[in-house]
Amino acid sequence: MWKTILRRLLIMIPQIILLSVLVFILAKSLPGDALTGMLDPSVDPSMLQEQREKLGLNNPWHIQYWDWITKAVQGDFGQSFRFKMPVMDLIGQRINNTIWLSLVTLVLTYLIAIPLGIISGRYHDTWGDRIITGYTYLGFAAPLFIFALLMLWIFGFHFQMFPTGGSVAPGLAPGTFDYMVSKIYHLLLPALSMALITTVSTVQYLRSEIIDIKQKDFVLLARAKGASESRVYTHHILRNSLLPIAAFFGFEITGLIGGTVFIEYIFSYPGMGQLFLNSILIRDFSVVTALVLLYGIASILGSLISDIILGIVDPRIRIK
Amino acid sequence: MDKASRLVEDEVYEPSASPSSWQILWREIKRDKLALASLIFLGIVVAAVYGVSLILDQKQIVTVDLFALYQPPSSKFWLGTDYGGRDVFGQLIIGTRNSLSIGIIVTVLTGVIGILAGLISGYFGGTVDNVAMRVVDFFMILPTLMIVIAFVAAVPKYSVVSFSLIMTAFLWMGIARLIRSKTLQERELEYVKASRTLGSSHLKIMFTQVLPNLSSIIIVTMTLNLAANIGLESGLSFLGFGFPESTPSLGTLVSYARNPQTLEFRWWIWLPASLLILVLMLSINNVGQALKRATDARQRRG
Repeated sequence: MWKTILRRLLIMIPQIILLSVLVFILAKSLPGDALTGMLDPSVDPSMLQEQREKLGLNNPWHIQYWDWITKAVQGDFGQSFRFKMPVMDLIGQRINNTIWLSLVTLVLTYLIAIPLGIISGRYHDTWGDRIITGYTYLGFAAPLFIFALLMLWIFGFHFQMFPTGGSVAPGLAPGTFDYMVSKIYHLLLPALSMALITTVSTVQYLRSEIIDIKQKDFVLLARAKGASESRVYTHHILRNSLLPIAAFFGFEITGLIGGTVFIEYIFSYPGMGQLFLNSILIRDFSVVTALVLLYGIASILGSLISDIILGIVDPRIRIK
Repeated sequence: MDKASRLVEDEVYEPSASPSSWQILWREIKRDKLALASLIFLGIVVAAVYGVSLILDQKQIVTVDLFALYQPPSSKFWLGTDYGGRDVFGQLIIGTRNSLSIGIIVTVLTGVIGILAGLISGYFGGTVDNVAMRVVDFFMILPTLMIVIAFVAAVPKYSVVSFSLIMTAFLWMGIARLIRSKTLQERELEYVKASRTLGSSHLKIMFTQVLPNLSSIIIVTMTLNLAANIGLESGLSFLGFGFPESTPSLGTLVSYARNPQTLEFRWWIWLPASLLILVLMLSINNVGQALKRATDARQRRG
């Protein structure tokens, strides 16, 4: 197993290098450079040239790449042009909100998926299963942003059950109990909207897994030995069908990244996705490249986690 | 009708040759009433949208009319007007046409690239395959949405063409991987070896012998990809990184709901487009799922 993990880690190295090259190309093709953020219009153009020279912006691309990557490794992505502060500080202000949103979404995803999948698989071809299958069919086809918009319209505006924007009510001091409650209250509708869509594939997978496993010989044997129906499910069927679900955990992370961009935009939730979109609109490109790099690394880590868990639960697919 | 008489009937109609893959696909759709209804619905929408948009003048529809801001639905404006006094119904028709067109273009482009890459990689195998698949793996991990958005922002002369090319550049990997794995299975079969022994060139085997055997899988994937691509395009247009406003897409209409006033009180602007996207994607998925069952003999209903 340790060998597998080590090999999988080695695969990650070229992936991260490839990602950094891609992001570097992106950074170079986006207008503006490290200086745009610090200058005001009154600066003399010849001074600008001198500064460029000093910062190495006229160097050949491979030297520039090396400079950029060594700084990036140390967490230095330059200055934000709009907010006049280091990009990392700016991201640091937002990253917590996105992590919270993702965490609550993940928890809700599994809270919805596991009962629904078990009901649907255990009692398959009953009316309950048909309703759940119908829901997964709908959820599979429905685009997240349309669904989230409808949720906001119905529960946020029409019934006014939830706040329609922001991450916390104004005027509350951080750290107090009310502040925490308000935060969770603001999180619920966005997270639920995303979870109801992302959970669909897990429900479908769990259902077909259970239907598959409950016809296996070892289940028959367990029944023959006189195990009660609930024991057959908890000890024999679920144990086998829940493991692959655990392994998809990492892919869920990758899926969440795209989702949070839409959700944060629709619910005006101040996280990294919103920062990303705003930074593009105000052409604050040092922030954009840093975020693309971070998102890319998060995705690579997500697939690493998935592969490792998958290798632990299913020895057949370990990398040789 | 029970299964036995169905079998008998099939034997009467097709006594000699085994059914072609097209016949199998068509039969499965006919058996699945929901898929058949979806297919008919899609046919009507496509005919209506492309037909009506021939009469409508895109320039006239996207021209701002300050005397008709936010009109509710009436006999003159069937679905009211938006913040620029533009007819929502006309925009809906043109938006559907644009969304469908870009969806089809991107699906075909990604299909061609993906099939070529997958065939070559799977047929020859070895180092080429290893390297190609590592690259494909890498691109499939990446958060496609952000990268597409960032590249859309980076392109200096932004147009519909560059938009479809950027989407294509990051979306061909899924189909490549699928075709590659199927080709790997095919090339081990006897007919490929026989053909090789008879002196057929690699090119001939790949394109006239292996490819036709993959046709049903290709049709299924392209159908499901079409739904996904329309969803992605309207999503990007919704975020403001798809079509420019002068070329409305379904997502553009939905994006007006970003204004809370519009979202809460002027449903006629964004709700029809949202529901249309939902129904379109459901229909395409219904057809795609029926086709998918047809490719797997165990799951067929027909």
